[in-house]
Amino acid sequence: MGRILVVTSGKGGVGKTTTTANLGMALARLGKTVALMDADFGLRNLDLLLGLENRIVYTALEVLAGECRLEQALVRDKRQPGLALLAAAQNRNKDAINPDQMKLLAEQLAGRFDYVLIDCPAGIESGFRNAIAPAQAAIVVTTPEVAAVRDADRVVGLMEAAGIRNSRLIVNRIRPGLSQVNDMMTVADVREILAIPLLGVVPDDERVIVATNRGEPLVLDKNLSLPGMAFHNIARRLEGEKVEFLDLDAPYNTLLGRLQRALQRKIF
Amino acid sequence: MLRLMDLINQLFPRSQNSRQDAKRRLQFVLAHDRVDLTPQILEQMRQEIMAVIARYVELDTDSVEFSLESDQRMTALVANVPIRRVRKEPTILDDGGDAPESSPQRDAEALESQPN
Repeated sequence: MGRILVVTSGKGGVGKTTTTANLGMALARLGKTVALMDADFGLRNLDLLLGLENRIVYTALEVLAGECRLEQALVRDKRQPGLALLAAAQNRNKDAINPDQMKLLAEQLAGRFDYVLIDCPAGIESGFRNAIAPAQAAIVVTTPEVAAVRDADRVVGLMEAAGIRNSRLIVNRIRPGLSQVNDMMTVADVREILAIPLLGVVPDDERVIVATNRGEPLVLDKNLSLPGMAFHNIARRLEGEKVEFLDLDAPYNTLLGRLQRALQRKIF
Repeated sequence: MLRLMDLINQLFPRSQNSRQDAKRRLQFVLAHDRVDLTPQILEQMRQEIMAVIARYVELDTDSVEFSLESDQRMTALVANVPIRRVRKEPTILDDGGDAPESSPQRDAEALESQPN
C-alpha cells in the first residue's frame, strides 16, 4: 500500500498547490509512482500548475458515480509516466463529495501507487475535512508571515484532533535578505512557534511564477533552480534520505551582508 | 544580551525590527487559539482562582497578572499574584455554602469577586 499524504495550510495562497505539483513530480523523478488528488472542488488548479488542464475528461465525481473506471479518470503525465492526476470537479462545490468517498478513492489509489498526495483547499470547512479524511500524515505549508503561521497552527491542531499527529512543516517563500535585517521571521522562528518537525525550506523566487505560467513544475528543469532543488530535497526526505536544508543565506555572504550580521551579533 | 545593532538603535532611534514583533504577537495569539477558551470563561476562571487564593493570603488585587503562554504545543496558564500578607488563619469554606458566616477573619474586599 502506498502512503497517503495531505498537503494543507489553512490560509490560501501560501503555495499548497505549487508544493503538491512539485513534490509529485520530484517523487516521480526519483522513480516512485505518484497519484495527485485535487481536493479543491469548485476551485481546482492543480491541473493548471501541472500543465494537464487540456487532458481532463473525467473527474473524481464520475468515478464515484460509476460513470467511468478510476483508470479512465487518471491523467498520466507524459513527462513523468510515474505521475497521474485525479482531477476535482470544477462545476460543483465542496459538498459534492464527502469524507467517506474521499477515503474510498484515496485507498484505491494507494493500492496502485507508491504515494497519494492530496491537494487540500484553503479553509477549515468541509473541503478541508474531505481532504484530511484519508490522510495518514500531513505536510503543512506556511510562509514566514503572522497570518499564515497562525492558520497553520490551527490546522495542525484540527488534524491532531482528527488523529493525524505526524504533521511536518514546509516553510515557503523565504526571503533571506529580509530575515537578515530582522524584518522577517526566520525558519527557526516559525519552527519554534509551530513546534512540528521541519520537512523543507523553499526560497521566494520569480521562477516559481514563470513555471506556473507555463504549467511546468520547477523540478522538471534540467538545471535545478534553488526552489526546484528545495522541492527535490523534500522529495528525498520523504523517501527517508537525510538531506541537509538549503543554505539560503549563501547569496547574502557579501560584504554588506556580513556587516549587517556582525551588527546583529551579541556582544554581551 | 546586547548586540551592536541595539546600541546603534539606541543612539539613532528608528522603528524596531518587525521580526520580534511578529513572533511576540503570534505567541500571544496562539496561546489563546490553542486553548479555545472564551474571554468570559477565562475571566470567570480568574475570579474563582483569585477567590480561593484570597482565603489564604491577602492579595494585591490591582497588580494580579493572568495570562496564557504557549511552548512546544503545550499551553500554560501563568498567574502572577502579588501577596500583601499571609492570613493567620485561612478562611476555610465548605461546599455547603454557609461557611462565610462562620469565618470571621474573612476579608470582605478580597472576597468581593467570589461567585456564589
